[in-house]
Amino acid sequence: MPDTPLVLREARYHQVKAVLARLRLDSGARVVFLVDKDGQQIAVQGEVGNLDTTSLASLAAGNVAATSGMAELIGEKEFPTLSHEGERESIHISVIGRLLLVVVFDEKSSLGLVKLRSKQISRQLTTLFDEIVRDDCQDVDAAFAEITDEDIDSLFN
Amino acid sequence: MTFINYASREINCKIVYYGPGLCGKTTNLQHIFDATAPQARGKLISLATETDRTLFFDFMPLELGTVRGFKTRFHLYTVPGQVFYDASRKLILKGVDGVVFVADSQEERMDANVESLYNLEENLRAQGYDLMKLPYVLQLNKRDLPNVIPVDELRDELHRKGEPVVEAVASVGTGVFDTLKAVAKQVLTELRKG
Repeated sequence: MPDTPLVLREARYHQVKAVLARLRLDSGARVVFLVDKDGQQIAVQGEVGNLDTTSLASLAAGNVAATSGMAELIGEKEFPTLSHEGERESIHISVIGRLLLVVVFDEKSSLGLVKLRSKQISRQLTTLFDEIVRDDCQDVDAAFAEITDEDIDSLFN
Repeated sequence: MTFINYASREINCKIVYYGPGLCGKTTNLQHIFDATAPQARGKLISLATETDRTLFFDFMPLELGTVRGFKTRFHLYTVPGQVFYDASRKLILKGVDGVVFVADSQEERMDANVESLYNLEENLRAQGYDLMKLPYVLQLNKRDLPNVIPVDELRDELHRKGEPVVEAVASVGTGVFDTLKAVAKQVLTELRKG
C-alpha cells in the first residue's frame, strides 16, 4: 500500500514560506527550497527566474539518497549535510528528518554562513512539520472521495 | 508518497518504471516527453552513462490536467535495469505511488524479466511496500520483434495479481500512454479511497 499522503494546507504553506524567507534573508542566499526525501518540492523562496525547480528538487533528493547509501556502506547512518561549490553558484543541502533544506547561494554569501543559518532553523522546521503531519485530514479524504471515474478518464482525453 | 499542496492546488504522485536492462523504460519516458505539449511537462533528466545506459534514473514531471480543482502532476522515474545497479533501484522506489513493470517480450530476455520482477518485489518489501497492494501495471514491450513470446504465455509467467497488461512497442509509442493511463488511474483511485 502506498504511504499516507502528505497534505499541506494553505496556512501551513505560508508558515513554511515565512521560515524559508527568513533563512534566505539571514544567509544572503539566492534561493531556498524545501524538498521531501522522495524529491517532491514543498516550497521555494527567492529569485527563481528560469531555474527548473522541479528538476532541482528531484536531483537533490537523488543526491541525498545516493550519499546516504554510501554512508550506510561505511557504517554511518547518513551524511547530514552536503555542499557543492561552483565557480559562481553553490548549493548546500541539510537533511532534516524526512525533509531536505536546499540553499542556492553565490559570492554574496558564504558556505559557513549558510551552514550556520540552516542549522539554526532546522529545529523550527522539524517542529512545523511534526504539526503538519498531525493535522486533521478527514475533510481532505472526503474531498477526494468524490473523485469519479469520469474525472480520471477526462485527464486522458 | 502523494503530496497534496492546497496553496498551489496540486496533487503530486510518483510513478516508477521498472524492468530488466534494455527493456525500454527510458524509451517509454522519451516517447511521453516527445508526444506531450511542452507546457504540460518539464525537462527529461537522464542520469546516463556515455553509452546512454541509465546510471541512476531518468526523471520527468508531467501535468495531466485538473481533478476537482487540483492540478495532477505525475513524477515519472525509471530505474537502471542492469543487475549491478541494485542499490540505486532501491533508492528510487522510496515514496513510490505506482509501478510499471516493462517486460521485454523477446524469448532470450525471459529469464531477465523473471529476475527483475523478483528483484522488484524484494526491493519493494525492503522499503515496506507490498506489490500486491500497490498500483501496478505490466507492460509487454517490443511486440514488433520477430522472436517474441506469445502474449498469453508471457502474461501467465509474469502477472502477479490481475493487474492491467498492456502490449507495447515503446519505440513508436504504441501502448505507452495506455500504460501511463492504467497506472495513473489506479493511483488516483487509491487517493479516492483515502
